Amino acid sequence: MGGLQIPLEHVQVLAALLFSCGFLGLMLRRNIIFMLMSLEVMLNAAALAFVAAGARWGQADGQIIFLLILAVAAAEISVGLGLVLQIQRRFKTLDMDTANRLRG
Amino acid sequence: MNTLSLIPALPLFSAILLMVSAGRLPKQISAILGVGSVGLSALCVAMVAMGFMADGQVREITLWTWIAIEDFTPAIAFYVDGLTIVMMSVITGVGFLIHLYSVEFMASDESFSRYFAYMNLFVAAMLLLVMADNLLLLYMGWEGVGVCSYLLVGFWYRDPDNGQAARKAFVVTRVGDTAMALGLFLLFTELGTLDIQPLMAAANSQWQVGGTLPVLATALLLGGALGKSAQLPLHTWLPDAMAGPTPVSALIHAATMVTAGVYLIARTHELFLLAPATLEAVAWLGLATLLLAAFAALAQNDIKRILAYSTISQIGYMFLALGVGAFSAGIFHLMTHAFFKALLFLAAGAVIHCLHHEHNIFRMGGLRTRLPVVFASFLIGSAALAALPFTSGFYSKDSILLAAWSLPDIGPTLWAGGLLGALLTAIYSFRLVFVVFFGEANTEPDKQAGWKMAVPLIILCVLAAAGGWISQPLDDVFPAQGHDVVHVIEYIGIAVPLIGLLLAYLLFLGKQLSLSSLTESSMGKALQDFWLKGWRIDDLYHNLLVRPFTGFARLCRNEPVDLFYNSIAGALRWSHRSLSSIQTGELRWYATSMVFGLIVLVAIMLRNAS
Repeated sequence: MGGLQIPLEHVQVLAALLFSCGFLGLMLRRNIIFMLMSLEVMLNAAALAFVAAGARWGQADGQIIFLLILAVAAAEISVGLGLVLQIQRRFKTLDMDTANRLRG
Repeated sequence: MNTLSLIPALPLFSAILLMVSAGRLPKQISAILGVGSVGLSALCVAMVAMGFMADGQVREITLWTWIAIEDFTPAIAFYVDGLTIVMMSVITGVGFLIHLYSVEFMASDESFSRYFAYMNLFVAAMLLLVMADNLLLLYMGWEGVGVCSYLLVGFWYRDPDNGQAARKAFVVTRVGDTAMALGLFLLFTELGTLDIQPLMAAANSQWQVGGTLPVLATALLLGGALGKSAQLPLHTWLPDAMAGPTPVSALIHAATMVTAGVYLIARTHELFLLAPATLEAVAWLGLATLLLAAFAALAQNDIKRILAYSTISQIGYMFLALGVGAFSAGIFHLMTHAFFKALLFLAAGAVIHCLHHEHNIFRMGGLRTRLPVVFASFLIGSAALAALPFTSGFYSKDSILLAAWSLPDIGPTLWAGGLLGALLTAIYSFRLVFVVFFGEANTEPDKQAGWKMAVPLIILCVLAAAGGWISQPLDDVFPAQGHDVVHVIEYIGIAVPLIGLLLAYLLFLGKQLSLSSLTESSMGKALQDFWLKGWRIDDLYHNLLVRPFTGFARLCRNEPVDLFYNSIAGALRWSHRSLSSIQTGELRWYATSMVFGLIVLVAIMLRNAS
């Protein structure tokens, strides 16, 4: 260890801020690409919280979960981009509000 | 004896095959199945009939026990005597010709195989009806033909009017059938069996002539017969039943099903002989029906409705014959009527087919040279219907009138009524011939009848002309009835149809007599309208029965029990609407609500943890 220790609280606050940014982006943006990017931000915020917690207690679990999150993010983005291509092709737009055909 | 069970089994098998295939078979195969099965069945009937002619033995066969509840053990069993032979020959023989004719008539119909499935099912049910050894099996056939009649009247179901006509036919006959079912219950509780022959024997030994029970039982059976055979007061369904395809009218509503009532009374005639009051009622009802329908037929414009009213009228003759105790004369008229009325209906169908679905006789005319085969058929059919000398109808109608005359007391009245009916029959049937086939042409036929239509017409022509010489094997079935031949009565019987023919000629062809002064007057117009609407009996029933019933139904619609169930349904519908309104289809809205739901859950968990 050694060097300057960043307090866990700071990292958690940063992770929470990042998560909120991502969530706000998800709620407010209508472009599906920005929505996917916001999702990435949210995933990475969670990952950051795990890494920081793992470092705080000197456990490897945090980093294992981080790897798992990376894998999930990669899978999610590949499916998401496939959907983006389909939506662009079908609706000629990336505005998610136009794709509301499932309305009850 | 196996041929016997094949007779109804063949059409039934073909019907099932056609139904299961659901129209996937090519038309040709459907036609071969439909026509071939009835043809084979007719061959079997011919074999059985020849065997019967040779030895005169009644043929009985029990296939299996149908139901067994203590003493009540009706079997699927057939009983074939002379009466059954006559009925089976008519059903399969005339039925085969009509099936063959249908192949061409229905050739361009999209529901070709459905048509043959229903027709074959009908033939099977009708055969079951006449071959049945017990009244319950007879009742099954009876209801089977009712269902087929319903299906075939409403065959072109896309027109709601046809569906209406089909329902009317079904419901009105159901009134009679209910009476008949009650009659069967009564017979079973009183006599303990429904097998026809033991039943007759039991009735003869246990019941007095003219007692209350026989009168009640026969009156209930008569109710069924009236409904099925379209007699007063349950005749209103038959003119509307003309909504079906014309070969259907020929087979079901002229030759076979509508005569089931006549068959029923003839089959249970020993019961009816125990109840002279019912038998007299049969005669009077027959007379009233034949006159009423004959007057109505005079005023009709639709070629098929004329024939429908004429059918009602001719069955009235059969009832008259049964009522005066001349059972074999009634069955004889049933057979000849099947020949000439099927011929007339098929010829009318050919006219309609060739004239592009034209039904109004006043838009036809001059078809004599254009459709020669049809003209010849119509001429022979009408001659037989009008009972012109030496045609088949002449012999049968003559024997009915003679039997009516020789009855004491009421006989001469019945005879005179029947004679008036014969006069009217001649007038309306030749009015039809003269208006349709003579005079100026109003519509050109756009095609000719092909061989599949022409051959049945020609065979039926021969039968209608010469059917009077067929002798029926009925001597062992019915009590012998000897009556003196009164020559004067016979001469009058010959003369009256000829007078009718002359009158029709003067009125509708030669125009020496004019009806215009009569029809122009307000009285004449009202009368014509009255007859055109069939004596307004439909309106009467509508106001007397249908409207009070629908009013009552409307009254019952909001009763408390329904209200309770309707409120459950209403609450569910309301929650469905409110829940489905949150399904906006917007992804961002879903994501947001998921996150807020998560926040709420986490908050609850944290609170519980602390």
